[in-house]
Amino acid sequence: MRAFTYERASSVEAAANAASSNRQSKFIAGGTNLLDLMKLEIETPTHLIDVNGLGLDTIEPTAEGGLRIGALVRNTDLAAHETVRRDYGLLSRALVAGASGQLRNVATTAGNLLQRTRCPYFYDTNQPCNKRQPGSGCSAIGGFSRQHAVVGVSDACIATHPSDMAIAMRALDAVVETVKPDGSHHAIPIADFHRLPGETPHIETVLEQGELITAVVLPPPVGGRQIYRKVRDRASYAFAIVSVGAVIQLDGTGRVAVGGVAHKPWRVEGADAELSRGARSAASALFADARPTEQNRFKIDLVERTLGAVIAEARG
Amino acid sequence: MQFDKPATTNPIDQLKVVGQPIHRIDGELKTTGRAMYAYEWHDANLPYVYGYPVGAAIAKGRITAMDVSAAKRAPGVLAVVTTLDVGRREKGKFNTVNLFGGDEIQHYHQAIAVVVAETFEQARAAAGLVKVEYAEERGAFDLREAMAGAAKPDDSQEPDTAVGNFEAAFKAAAVTLEQSYETPDQSHAMMEPHASLAAWNGEELTVWTSSQMIDWWRSDLATTLGVDKEKIHLMSPFIGGGFGGKLFLRSDAVLAAFGAKAASRPVKVALPRPFIMNNTTHRPATIQRIRIGAGRDGRITAIAHESWSGDQPGGQLETAASQTRLLYAGADRMTAMRLATLHLPEGNAMRAPGEAPGLMALEIAMDEMAEKLGMDPIEFRIVNDTQVDPEKPERPFSHRDLVGCLKLGADRFGWSGRERPGARREGNWMIGMGVAAAFRNNLVLPSGARVRLDSQGVVTVETDMTDIGTGSYTIIAQTAAEMMGIGMNKVAVHLGDSRFPVSAGSGGQFGANSSTSGVYAACVKLREAVAAKLGFNSADVVFENGEVRSGNRSVPLAEAAGADGLVGEDKIEWGDLTKTHQQSTFGAHFVEVGVDIATGESRIRRMLAVCAAGRILNPITARSQVIGAMTMGAGGALSEELAVDTRRGFFVNHDLAGYEVAVHADIPHQDVIFMDETDPMSSPMKAKGVGELGLCGVSAAIANAIYNASGVRVRHYPITLDKLIGGLPQLADMSDAYRSRA
Ligand SMILES: Cc1cc2nc3c(=O)[nH]c(=O)nc-3n(C[C@H](O)[C@H](O)[C@H](O)COP(=O)(O)OP(=O)(O)OC[C@H]3O[C@@H](n4cnc5c(N)ncnc54)[C@H](O)[C@@H]3O)c2cc1C
Ligand code: SF4
Repeated sequence: MRAFTYERASSVEAAANAASSNRQSKFIAGGTNLLDLMKLEIETPTHLIDVNGLGLDTIEPTAEGGLRIGALVRNTDLAAHETVRRDYGLLSRALVAGASGQLRNVATTAGNLLQRTRCPYFYDTNQPCNKRQPGSGCSAIGGFSRQHAVVGVSDACIATHPSDMAIAMRALDAVVETVKPDGSHHAIPIADFHRLPGETPHIETVLEQGELITAVVLPPPVGGRQIYRKVRDRASYAFAIVSVGAVIQLDGTGRVAVGGVAHKPWRVEGADAELSRGARSAASALFADARPTEQNRFKIDLVERTLGAVIAEARG
Repeated sequence: MQFDKPATTNPIDQLKVVGQPIHRIDGELKTTGRAMYAYEWHDANLPYVYGYPVGAAIAKGRITAMDVSAAKRAPGVLAVVTTLDVGRREKGKFNTVNLFGGDEIQHYHQAIAVVVAETFEQARAAAGLVKVEYAEERGAFDLREAMAGAAKPDDSQEPDTAVGNFEAAFKAAAVTLEQSYETPDQSHAMMEPHASLAAWNGEELTVWTSSQMIDWWRSDLATTLGVDKEKIHLMSPFIGGGFGGKLFLRSDAVLAAFGAKAASRPVKVALPRPFIMNNTTHRPATIQRIRIGAGRDGRITAIAHESWSGDQPGGQLETAASQTRLLYAGADRMTAMRLATLHLPEGNAMRAPGEAPGLMALEIAMDEMAEKLGMDPIEFRIVNDTQVDPEKPERPFSHRDLVGCLKLGADRFGWSGRERPGARREGNWMIGMGVAAAFRNNLVLPSGARVRLDSQGVVTVETDMTDIGTGSYTIIAQTAAEMMGIGMNKVAVHLGDSRFPVSAGSGGQFGANSSTSGVYAACVKLREAVAAKLGFNSADVVFENGEVRSGNRSVPLAEAAGADGLVGEDKIEWGDLTKTHQQSTFGAHFVEVGVDIATGESRIRRMLAVCAAGRILNPITARSQVIGAMTMGAGGALSEELAVDTRRGFFVNHDLAGYEVAVHADIPHQDVIFMDETDPMSSPMKAKGVGELGLCGVSAAIANAIYNASGVRVRHYPITLDKLIGGLPQLADMSDAYRSRA
């Protein structure tokens, strides 16, 4: 870990301003991802801007009948919130499937969306990694790639986005609200928020330097059976090998987002349309352009089977 | 004391203290944070600073240049010591690769520098500034590729054994099995990282460390540093787990010593977690081939077990075939083990080396063979039990109750409820049961101790024995209390200090039996000293209730000790009983699992181990050993694997996020039953080891349960869902399972 300076931001605008005037700075929320990465010198900001004191930690109903979740709301509080549990069960279930109680007590909504990949080569600064060091190469391609992405990959990077919460947000069509350093407010649909790796896997979202997430807005509840199924090697405290977040209506229609398979929460319009025809049809649409490695090819079959189980459970 | 005749009745047999369920005497220190582990050692007179290691970024080659100028200029830095600075060192006797020194890189994350600074953060930051240039060389990293060139190690490792004519008997057998099995590289992954605090006083060196074997470390540290062993004082009173990873000197102690010398300050070094898996040792992967031939009656006529593993040049076998020489009957038999050269980090002992991976394979093979014979796998094992060493029928087992373990376990576990493979369902769960035999030899090592009786009637035991979380403090106190006829509150135990008599140390499940036998021997000496001082005839004295009695004279121990106190010191040494008799420990593992019909996730539902391991010195600490080992076996069966990058030559998942040990949610219910037995051949304590037995066979029992649940046989550990889903029922057939769950 390199030495860094630290400030507590006094307002949303001041935070965004401070971050835009120093390109080596980063926001810190719960710190559960950022500090780990700094200890290993995967991230080396010289300045941290603490955004915990900005009052962004409330959950309020919106005029449209949805919910505005402050960027600093802790994962534990969000999962336990009465409205979330009643109307957005998928989100609550995805949150509690992630990390551990202690981590969720600290981890925030914005930090969770922005957590970085768990690719083991990304975590080892001796190894080439385009995401950590653009242009150095991708060690996972041709290497240990069991947990890597199978779809939306590039020749530069096959990493996954590891968040459980983001899968639910994607299925629920959340919108990310931000403030830019110039003071302007923006609303980014979650579908557009995370990027595919392409040639620039180090650029993971559409956020600009200094752009601060203030909230994540959920549209009005969509009802249906809401199921989050996380598949993993051990029963707890492990990132998903794959996960399936689905909302399934009584008539069998619905929506599905998949985790552990891509550089972003993976949702395909065509797959939603096929849902009522069953897991096989939906999975074909999800993975039409899949490019798995020898080690992770099984994920395609696994998602199809898991989705089959989710559909059966929803109908049950 | 020479133990060369079977034990007869002795004071331990009273079992007033020994054998009782006594909570660990160091438990309160641990739960209140007052037990000081190596890295927490704190002393106002020791103004220590911090060392942070730098590891090699390549697997094989040479360092051509190191630039430490930026690191030396960094804030707070007091010294930087590089592997080039200290030059090539003589290697410790127990180390295969160099821990530090010289330009040669033998494996990834080999220690190449230590940066010493005023604070931990400064040392860590400066370590990131060390620049290294390498001349990289090609290495061998793939066991399967290296297998063909694997060599037969020297005879001391007993690579080949044969009795009768296996090939002919196998060919003639009515029913045969031939299969290959694979076990992966595994990491000890103990809770406490390797850590040392080193302080020089002139030529004298004091080291607080985390070591299973004080004397081995002291010798090898002396060799590596090039100092006189007598000048080193080593202490390791508390150890947060070792599992074999702390048997042999490790780089933290060497780096701390060099760093402390260079900085002229005491230095603390802990190996960072992501560094441990490639810097230290691991259990090597194996590829095994098993062939079994039997008659239709289920009697094994031919059995062969071959195993391939890899290690650095000069390294050792993972002796995965060795238990097959002893576990089951069969007239014609052979084992063979070959060692390939690999340039991965050093392979070495991890809990139950040999037996753990060996039984992972053999006990699946036994399950498969039972199925081929149409026999219950318990019955098949019972039919092939042997009371003598199958290679030397004139050599009996000292005591062997594998059959008792299997029968009792079957009864308690409800084995009769087991169904055919794939038959039992509960909603989305396919349920199955599995069994496996547990087997591990009972090893013994010489072990010394000193016991002092003071004028308060308190007995203080001193031995360099270690307590790696096993309960050594407690069973040693029990032994002394029983021998001297006093309560536990009158015994103090001091361990893990090189100023104390050299003990067996902790490893190979030899620690409990050997070290308590050493304490027994020392107590015999002390009893003699007490009797002699009082003029008692030592043959008829009784030590009871804090008094020593002879005829109608009785004297409180405190009074007998007098102002100067009395001392007894001795060492247990072992005669030929291990040669005339095969001494082993036995058990049976029972496991019930659920396999998710859609995802192939395997989850354990309940586990039972029945162990026959001689006298159980303390049922609480023994049980903890066994359930801990069962938990380790669950990780080994289901998730633990050091993933090898065969291009770059290192373990990729080198932290506890990537290397998945079992967590609480994986272990819902465990039971342990100890057979009520003693083994007079094993020691005056009549005890044997249990610390490793609990791991032996448990992974295979899980594998067999998964097969029974799902009908899919996986022979390549860990049994992760990707290896199962291809064989599970098709999607269309699953819907009902999920509906019935709702
Ligand atoms: C051991 C372990 C296990 C885990 N297991 C799981 C798991 O199973 N599933 C899962 O989903 N997650 C898991 N996680 C990840 C965890 O969910 C994230 O670490 C956490 O959500 C990050 O939130 P944080 O507030 O601590 O973020 P921080 O670490 O504070 O920040 C993360 C990133 O977000 C940026 N940031 C934070 N707030 C804002 C803001 N308001 N606007 C703009 N940028 C911002 C920071 O600059 C930083 O780049 C695990 C983490 C650990 C350590
Ligand atoms: S997959 Fe992406 S994160 Fe992993 S090594 Fe390749 S470039 Fe780096």
